Amino acid sequence: MSVFLDHASTTALRSCAKNALSDALEILGNPSSVHSQGRATRELLEQSRDEVAKACGANRSEIIFNSGGTEGNNHAIKGIFWDRVARDPECKVIISSRTEHHAVIDPVQWLGENQNAEVVFVEHFANGMIDMDSFKSLVSKHGHRVALISLMWVNNETGVISDIPAITKIAAKFDIPVHSDAVAAFGHVLIDFRTSGLTAMTLSGHKVGAPIGVGALVIARSAKPISLVHGGGQERSLRSGTMNYPLAASFAAAAKEAIAELDHEVTRLGALKDQLEAAVMEAVPSAIITAQGANRAAYNAHFVFPGTQSDAMLFLLDQKGVCVSAGSACQAGVLGPSHVLLGMGFSHTEASACVRVTLGKTSTFQDVQRFLTALEQVHPVALEATPA
Amino acid sequence: MRVLAAMSGGVDSAVAAARAVEQGHEVIGVHLALSRMPGTLRTGSRGCCTVEDSMDAQRAANKLGIPFYVWDFSERFKLDVVDDFVAEYQAGRTPNPCMRCNERIKFAALLERGLSLGFEAICTGHYASIVEDGDGNLELHRSLEMAKDQSYVLGVLNANQLEHSMFPLGATASKDLIRQEATARGLSVANKPDSYDICFIPEGDTREWLKDFVPTDPGKIVDSDGNQLGLHDGHVGFTIGQRKGLRIGTPAADRKPRYVLEIRPKTKEIVVGPEEALQISDLFGARYTWCGKAPENPEDAFDCDVQVRAHGDTVPATAAIVDGRMHVQLYEPLYGVPAGQTAVIYLGTRVLGQMTIDETRSKVSAGA
Repeated sequence: MSVFLDHASTTALRSCAKNALSDALEILGNPSSVHSQGRATRELLEQSRDEVAKACGANRSEIIFNSGGTEGNNHAIKGIFWDRVARDPECKVIISSRTEHHAVIDPVQWLGENQNAEVVFVEHFANGMIDMDSFKSLVSKHGHRVALISLMWVNNETGVISDIPAITKIAAKFDIPVHSDAVAAFGHVLIDFRTSGLTAMTLSGHKVGAPIGVGALVIARSAKPISLVHGGGQERSLRSGTMNYPLAASFAAAAKEAIAELDHEVTRLGALKDQLEAAVMEAVPSAIITAQGANRAAYNAHFVFPGTQSDAMLFLLDQKGVCVSAGSACQAGVLGPSHVLLGMGFSHTEASACVRVTLGKTSTFQDVQRFLTALEQVHPVALEATPA
Repeated sequence: MRVLAAMSGGVDSAVAAARAVEQGHEVIGVHLALSRMPGTLRTGSRGCCTVEDSMDAQRAANKLGIPFYVWDFSERFKLDVVDDFVAEYQAGRTPNPCMRCNERIKFAALLERGLSLGFEAICTGHYASIVEDGDGNLELHRSLEMAKDQSYVLGVLNANQLEHSMFPLGATASKDLIRQEATARGLSVANKPDSYDICFIPEGDTREWLKDFVPTDPGKIVDSDGNQLGLHDGHVGFTIGQRKGLRIGTPAADRKPRYVLEIRPKTKEIVVGPEEALQISDLFGARYTWCGKAPENPEDAFDCDVQVRAHGDTVPATAAIVDGRMHVQLYEPLYGVPAGQTAVIYLGTRVLGQMTIDETRSKVSAGA
């Protein structure tokens, strides 16, 4: 049996989410239908909306259920940009970061390449934190020409937490809408949409123990992002498609439980992570904790092992039954250098030598021990296997 | 034995991996990502390193119940194969990139990595056989299926590489049998078309592809007396023996077609002439290797057969090492052998060695 320490990629389905899903699958009815069975599934959907809203500190009408993080990010970024440009063609600057997930960087760059957007990136300190002074001057420089700011709440690779309220405060001087990809944050750090100052926020179900394929775009009532797909307009006229009440119910159950357990899990996983990091540094003194000193999520440990290559490390650890990850892989399965580490100023070689260990609800001390035992065995081999 | 099965996503490497598993080896499948800009879908018989191929390889590995990984060798591939390919054409030679890939990637970079990660052998779907002579030395031989024989492109392997190579398909009588076996094993790639072209030239047009790397550099097309017959927009991409695409307006006096006889990068001249002038009688190469055990006295000329193209005929010859170069004297002429190509030396079915041809000589004058 292998050890799963890759909870940031996806995490175990919670029993409550599984039960909610199978219960909902027993109920027949399109939530848009006007008959009794339609009303029944609609009620389930709306209860789910209440729960998700509660879990992230939003108003229920601000929750737009969708297929997950990539859709949410695309909808927020393109939708808000298109809306802003339609009102003022000069309002076309997008401020984002090189360390964002591809589901943010790619739509931002697509707008730059195809829709005349001017894309500018914030600066980071070596530990991954946003340089707020540089951010502030970027905002001042572009002012009312900024259509949108998109900065993630927690970085999915390094676990670095951004100060979202501070970011929105700066943006508010020019009434700039701010979107945040909160996929890696939701269920792991306390997030409150109401006080965040955000206009839009992306959530994903499977990162908190719901099935893959459901998420939500949290969008302020005042915002009217242009839709990506057109149709029945079922979700606040912003998102079309038959409303997926079974997945919404499952997402709501998982979100509710994750938030209820959050404090306890932050403490438990934080302690495990600290043990893990200390033991890694003892076993491999040359290792680098990539976001050392930054405010980080408790479930995330991210290392560079100088002199190795991520794919060799992952291969060897997998052979020992340990599932971890590195930077993102391309469609063909090739692990590239981590664009996040490159964005933080690491070299190409260092960015190709990272390993991410992420903990979750099922993680135990034994899991961490097995990782450490495997690491001690494979690290010298990975060093040997890497051409000088 | 711990075996690394190189899986391209094609039927051959999938069946080779399956056979290695069946022989009781501990097999791990690995797909080499070689292209920096992999396409998403494959087009007919062209291309590899696509997402589709990677997925086909993974599905085959899953069917065999073996772990599977994608390893990125694109940087090495660009440096050692693609850049070399362009440089060779620029120097007026015609390279064989599959040979370079075997020499420097599959049985070098991949093998080195495999060995350092605890593997003992690389298994591929090449049609060739490794057999042991009476003294325990390993020899590379042609496959049983001559039409598919790939011993030519493996001619660059040395004794050490042979020791760490497995070619489980070499003793199979036909490709059809491999496809039947793949079907019987439930491998989804059983009927996937073979790939023939150069994998990094997806459109299959080498001259067009080279234009992206080499600036246009016009020059003259001349006959062997130096008379100008036409113009070209760059010598790169022309190959010895080429007839098509010369666009010479005036016909030859004898009305016969003319062929590229020589490429002169320095003067930007392409020399053309009659087919007879393509007759080659001698081949020379300073870069030669022995495949397995070297002959005891390679300075003494010995009888052999020579093959200069992947699927070309062999001709009888003698070979010897003279002043540090391999010299092959052909008993029958070969037509249009470009420098840069590889001559593989056979003793019967055994591959004895190879050289990269750097000079050819003809007994027929170019003006004939």
